[in-house]
Amino acid sequence: MNLAASSFGAAVSIGALTAIIGALATARSRSTLVGIGTATTGVAALLAGGAALTGESFSLAAPGLLPLSGVSLTLDALGALFVAVTGGVAVACGVYGVSYARHGLDSRLVQAVFPLFVVAMLLVPVASSVGTLLVFWELMALTSLLLVLAEHRRRPAVASAARWYAVMTHLGFVTILSGLLVFAAHAPGDDFAALREAEVSPSVAALVFLLTLAGFASKAGILPLHAWLPRAHPEAPSHVSALMSAAMVNLGVYGIVRVGFDLLGGGPRWWWLLVLALGAVSAVYGILQAAMSTDLKRLLGFSTTENLGLVLIGVGAAGLFAAFGDRVLSGLALAAALLHVLNHAAFKSLLFLAAGSVLHATGTRDLDELGGLRAGMPVTTAAFGWGALAASALPPGTAFVSEWLLLQALIHGLPADGGADAIVMPVAVAAVALTAGLAVATFVKAFGVGFLAKPRGEAAARAHESPPTMLAGMGLAGLACAVLALAPTLVLPAVGAASGVALGGEASAVTGTVTIRLAGVAGSLSPLMITLGLLVAAVVSLGVLRAVAARRARRTARLWDCGGGPLSARMEYTATSFAEPLQRVFDDVLAPEQDVDVDHFEESRYLVRAVAYRRAVPDRVERRLYQPVLAAVAAWGRAGTRLATGSVHRYLGYGFYTLCGLLILLAVTR
Amino acid sequence: MTLLGLIGGVIQPVLIVGGAPLLVGVLRQVRARLEGRVGPGVLQPWRDLRKLVGKEAITPRGTSELFRVAPLVLVATTLVVAVVAPFVTTASAADPVADLFAVVALLALGTAVLALAAIDTGTAFGGMGASREMTILALVEPTLLVAIFALSVPVGSTSLAAIVSSTLNDPARVVSPVSLLAAVALVVVIVAETGRLPVDNPATHLELTMVHEAMTLEYAGPDLALVELASAMRLTVFLGLFANLFAPWGIATSAAPLALLVGVLALVVKIAVLGALLAAAEVFLAKLRLFRVPELLAGSFLLSLLAVSASFFLA
Repeated sequence: MNLAASSFGAAVSIGALTAIIGALATARSRSTLVGIGTATTGVAALLAGGAALTGESFSLAAPGLLPLSGVSLTLDALGALFVAVTGGVAVACGVYGVSYARHGLDSRLVQAVFPLFVVAMLLVPVASSVGTLLVFWELMALTSLLLVLAEHRRRPAVASAARWYAVMTHLGFVTILSGLLVFAAHAPGDDFAALREAEVSPSVAALVFLLTLAGFASKAGILPLHAWLPRAHPEAPSHVSALMSAAMVNLGVYGIVRVGFDLLGGGPRWWWLLVLALGAVSAVYGILQAAMSTDLKRLLGFSTTENLGLVLIGVGAAGLFAAFGDRVLSGLALAAALLHVLNHAAFKSLLFLAAGSVLHATGTRDLDELGGLRAGMPVTTAAFGWGALAASALPPGTAFVSEWLLLQALIHGLPADGGADAIVMPVAVAAVALTAGLAVATFVKAFGVGFLAKPRGEAAARAHESPPTMLAGMGLAGLACAVLALAPTLVLPAVGAASGVALGGEASAVTGTVTIRLAGVAGSLSPLMITLGLLVAAVVSLGVLRAVAARRARRTARLWDCGGGPLSARMEYTATSFAEPLQRVFDDVLAPEQDVDVDHFEESRYLVRAVAYRRAVPDRVERRLYQPVLAAVAAWGRAGTRLATGSVHRYLGYGFYTLCGLLILLAVTR
Repeated sequence: MTLLGLIGGVIQPVLIVGGAPLLVGVLRQVRARLEGRVGPGVLQPWRDLRKLVGKEAITPRGTSELFRVAPLVLVATTLVVAVVAPFVTTASAADPVADLFAVVALLALGTAVLALAAIDTGTAFGGMGASREMTILALVEPTLLVAIFALSVPVGSTSLAAIVSSTLNDPARVVSPVSLLAAVALVVVIVAETGRLPVDNPATHLELTMVHEAMTLEYAGPDLALVELASAMRLTVFLGLFANLFAPWGIATSAAPLALLVGVLALVVKIAVLGALLAAAEVFLAKLRLFRVPELLAGSFLLSLLAVSASFFLA
């Protein structure tokens, strides 16, 4: 038994044991034990993933464990990357949960389900047969649903969010189920090895791909199947949001890569054009909605849609290049996509944990009521700032590196035939670029309005720093961000190995130690040198300034108030007003609803008593796409009630006529 | 790292730090003369900086460390670009940093940090300036990146040195539709990014129209000197990049003293001419309404997208 197998086994058994402890332990020790257990599970999973990424792998088949198909597990490099990401996120969330869960989240149910959710997410990328994958997928959906529901007694919105999540995740499950069953029906068995060997006709392959794509994309929060994400992520407890947003959504990408590349062996160009287009639309729409959002966690949720959209741009480009036969570029694009998965996991867990810390301290997620947190919660402020820098794709943040790689792949994607590529690649670059620009504005808003300036509300003014274990959880995630930002070359071989499995044993597309060098195409970047350069430049400028500036002490002074007396927090820009210019610019896309009520004094119309301003930016896709469907379903339901009036005679009549009809049918067809 | 790159890495920042206030002086002087005024002279920005540096530093009440660090970050980002980008020499002191995306991202980092500092003051002016600047940045970024994309597709690399060298070797490329479209798009972007007319008026202190000035309203003394120097340097860097992307002639390709001298002179002349043109154009332009600016930027975005499509089709 090698290291990968033993540590994976340890991860799963510790996770299961933690779940039992969570169900049995006393209320006082529960959250500590579960937190430690989950973090240990995460460490073991990280070890297993790391070992598998450096070449070890294992397979396990237990035919008797589940009826019909049995359980079969295989840990290869592609799955190992996702196991490692989930493990890493679980460590941070587990440590964070020790004290975070003390505040109303330490019920037996929540504490038992939390480690189970982690275990389910670890098992999904390791499943190597259709039956096993579906079982673990459903286990993941159910456990996460229970965790989303954790706070349903406190806020009525939780129940509604959970309903959306339950329906959408199960519809997704149905499409994945039908897709994979169709696939398995055309193969000698339901094992992945059998599926790889299967000879399927192009139309069946396309059907399988489309069905699974719908299910996996919905899990990844990709448009237009994203509607659950901005609901469920804000309403779940923050460490669960972090797990969902940084680990669970990745498995949607895993599914697309596994089925599309590994099992179906690539495919025609239009598959990947579709994936790329979905990614581009999701990226731009997601960040636009995030830019408008004033709910901190909803903003982060939409940012997940954006980042997974960027990942899908990479995946789509990889498929497109593979279809053209360009192995180098396709390897590069997939490596960029997978690196972005890694980076997104690191900074999004950091951001969600910091947002949870804010929620814990102030009780509100509304940016318009926050502000000034830097005084009360300096560590959380620093953590969120570091995460925001990473998320806005600016150096020395993490996302900058993966977006740079992604853009390099797109730029070198010279058309093999000058056809669709010549239009797709520029549009894809434009989408990535627009996303990058809007992300900067979004995260300047989130960090600036939320944490800097003066407190806008009572709660924000009384904010206090979180307990040490929560800070430690954030610290771990922040450390991961720093490592990924400054030394991405440490993980790039692993990412290359994972993309090699998907694309069929390609050598690593990216090399280098301090400097990232692209193999096969020109391009190099050194995040470490950029950071060092910035530091040196700042120190030199400071030194020169100190040398020439007058040696006079710093003096504090009043802010410029136009001579109108002290400034109050009501005069500050809020998140809503900060985003207003962008809202105007993208008016046609967002279709915001605004309402200004001016209340006058009775004496004169020129004297204003009060002005009320209301703004809502509804999710337009949801309104156009979901509302009609929901309305139709409701209409069907109402039509159905006319059949069921409550009269027993009528029901007996239905039975009688149905039986007669059936007999006649049988008589006629015989 | 070559000798040429090393020399460039020393000459360029010195030249840009020393010359940036002079460029602002030239711009103001040209405007003054065209408007029939005498003007304060080219050296006035340097005199202003000297005066500001001699004053005591002031921390407005209620601001945090970020507010104090922001001017340094702003200068540092621009300084890094000044060191690595090919202004005087084609070789770069740190090639893995002299990537077009990295340079654009570094400059955007400076803007973002200054916007955060503006929000940090908690005044309405600060928030307003930050909000407007971020809106403009969000719209400028895509144009800038797509225009860069258009320029790098024919070269097959986003390395600045590679693009400049390849234009030197193939001068005909400058008049190709790709370059021309990208050039027009970049002009609009540079005007927006450096806060010149018609996007922002650098000479205004009227709250309805301020963008950049609103963000820096609370700075005083040495901090203000850094901010002023940094914005002058950004203008110089953008003009220098523009000049060398489309007309790299004169740039030093070897470490010979004469070549370096020609490189320095060529850069000075190119930036001065571009600056004078910019100032002359500003005399005839009025500031656009803030909400008409996105239309201008959307237009330049379209041009850059056309440039990319052209570069693919003509490749």
